[in-house]
Amino acid sequence: MKKTTIIQTKNISKVYKTGEVETVALSDVSINIEKGEFVAIMGPSGSGKSTLMHILGALDLPSSGDYLLDGKNISRLSEDELADIRNRQIGFVFQAFNLLPRTTALKNVMLPMIYAEINKEERLEKAKKYLEMLGLKDRMEHSSSQLSGGQQQRVAIARALVMDPAILLADEPTGNIASVQAEEIMAIFQELNDKGHTIIMITHESDIAYHAKRIILIRDGKIVTDEMNGKQNK
Amino acid sequence: MVNKINNMELKEAIFESLSALMINKMRTGLAILGIIIGIASVIALISLGQSSQKSIESRIESLGSNLLTVRPGAVRESGVRGAAGGRTSLTLDDAKEIVVSSQVTTISKVSPEFSERSQVMAEGNNTNTQIIGVTPVYADVHKINITSGSFISQNDVDSMAKVAVLGPQVVTDLFGDGANPIGQTIRVNSQMLTVIGTTVAKGGTGFNNQDDIVYVPLTTAQKQLFGANYLNTISLEAKSSDVMVQAQNEVGYLLLARHHLSDPTNADFSIMSQQDLINTVSSATGTFTALLSGIAAISLLVGGIGIMNIMLVIVTERTREIGLRKALGAKKKIIINQFLTEAVILTFSGGIIGSLLGVVTSYFIPKLSVLILQFLYQRLFWLFLFPESLVLFSVGTLRKRHLIYSRLKR
Repeated sequence: MKKTTIIQTKNISKVYKTGEVETVALSDVSINIEKGEFVAIMGPSGSGKSTLMHILGALDLPSSGDYLLDGKNISRLSEDELADIRNRQIGFVFQAFNLLPRTTALKNVMLPMIYAEINKEERLEKAKKYLEMLGLKDRMEHSSSQLSGGQQQRVAIARALVMDPAILLADEPTGNIASVQAEEIMAIFQELNDKGHTIIMITHESDIAYHAKRIILIRDGKIVTDEMNGKQNK
Repeated sequence: MVNKINNMELKEAIFESLSALMINKMRTGLAILGIIIGIASVIALISLGQSSQKSIESRIESLGSNLLTVRPGAVRESGVRGAAGGRTSLTLDDAKEIVVSSQVTTISKVSPEFSERSQVMAEGNNTNTQIIGVTPVYADVHKINITSGSFISQNDVDSMAKVAVLGPQVVTDLFGDGANPIGQTIRVNSQMLTVIGTTVAKGGTGFNNQDDIVYVPLTTAQKQLFGANYLNTISLEAKSSDVMVQAQNEVGYLLLARHHLSDPTNADFSIMSQQDLINTVSSATGTFTALLSGIAAISLLVGGIGIMNIMLVIVTERTREIGLRKALGAKKKIIINQFLTEAVILTFSGGIIGSLLGVVTSYFIPKLSVLILQFLYQRLFWLFLFPESLVLFSVGTLRKRHLIYSRLKR
């Protein structure tokens, strides 16, 4: 299988300015991630992994350096262009699920497609397809408060997948879930990865990171180690 | 196709906004209430102003469109201008001269009048009312109709007869509702007068009430009741409404000559046509309408600011949701549109309900207008106090809430 680079960062840095004080959140980070990889980004809190995730997710722009997503440099794009990229190329899974309250699972999954201006029939069809795929066939009309943590995260995964994005970006996806359900979620990620989805996961738990094929360790805004997960590969 | 998608989006945006607004019904309701009150009061108060203007104008017009009114003005003596309404400058001779003078060609009827407020007594009841001394021509000029009996005749005037014709309000006040007072006696300034007729109700209120009047012969009023030899009004009817200006000039120069005045600016009388009166009243009520509309507009503005506040709170409260929507690919415009739709729904529903309420209120205003106007005139003070009391009230509840809240925290 020919390897295609999907994410390439070239010396990206992020500096936050609060008044006169400058805080360096990322310095000179260069990563290449290929299509079909399952990468875990690890690091203690304050290490800059969330900043990296925001930049990789096109939620924020680097202060310097270039970020090429699927071969396109997106580090100088306008806000609306970035919104479009988030909509079509990136699927987010958050720690707190971030489903719309008092809204059914089906409508939550349909939300990204509304922004993509996909017509109603297609929206309904695709949302149902992905919810079924994640084993939520009889939970479609439930609102988020009627679902368990694991179920809510599965709705969120369905929502992340529904636009068929190039990468799936998960920020501590099991952080708010009981451990049994956390294993289920990780099994889903592994299955998705087996089907060819590129997954980037941020976590500080090593047993969750263990599911990934490649682990990048960040500390003080710099990459410390970047290696294949030996145990996993064997 | 593109259109279809946009329509779909609009429908969805409205639906989305409605469900967001339903989450906090209390807050939504209060925000809408501000707009409802604002718009309803603008509509109601403007229509109140306009309807009172209309009714006053039509009442003035009902008095006759070719009516001129001569009133005494300030007397100017040796360079010192006296107070307006020096009151003694018009005499019965002036009125007679207008009738006979060859200079005056456009006047058809002349009604000399003397009026004074006085206490009137009958059968143990009494009322304070307008006593007006008239000649028979008064009924023609002022379009007075008689219900029963007869009006003051020339014979009554010549013989200084002790007779009176009562307006319906006076009849009610003195003899009770629907009573027939003909032949009864009333007492004015210790003179006994026999009632010889009653007039048809014309409507009107306050100082302009044409039903609250006692008509007596001019000579009786001047000599027997009040001991005066002057007039305080001469009402003139012009031959047609086209010659009003000419009539005004003719009478004006005649009276100037009779009063030995050469400069019209020194005139000790004024001649007003109905149109002048309408203009004066219109500008007064216009000012009043503007004042009312101003107050109403301020309340509308406050309602609008209320909605601004609510929207600000809603946006702050939902930053997380906004962040999520952005992460899922919502463009700035879409998010702004969503909140805009919510604001539009708030103001629009408030506007519709407010307009309905305003229209309904205006519908009842013709009946209430005079009452409300008097109320406003008398209690304008309280009206100004109203917002302050609201503020005090809300500060009071805030304090209470704060107490409850701090107790909860503990």
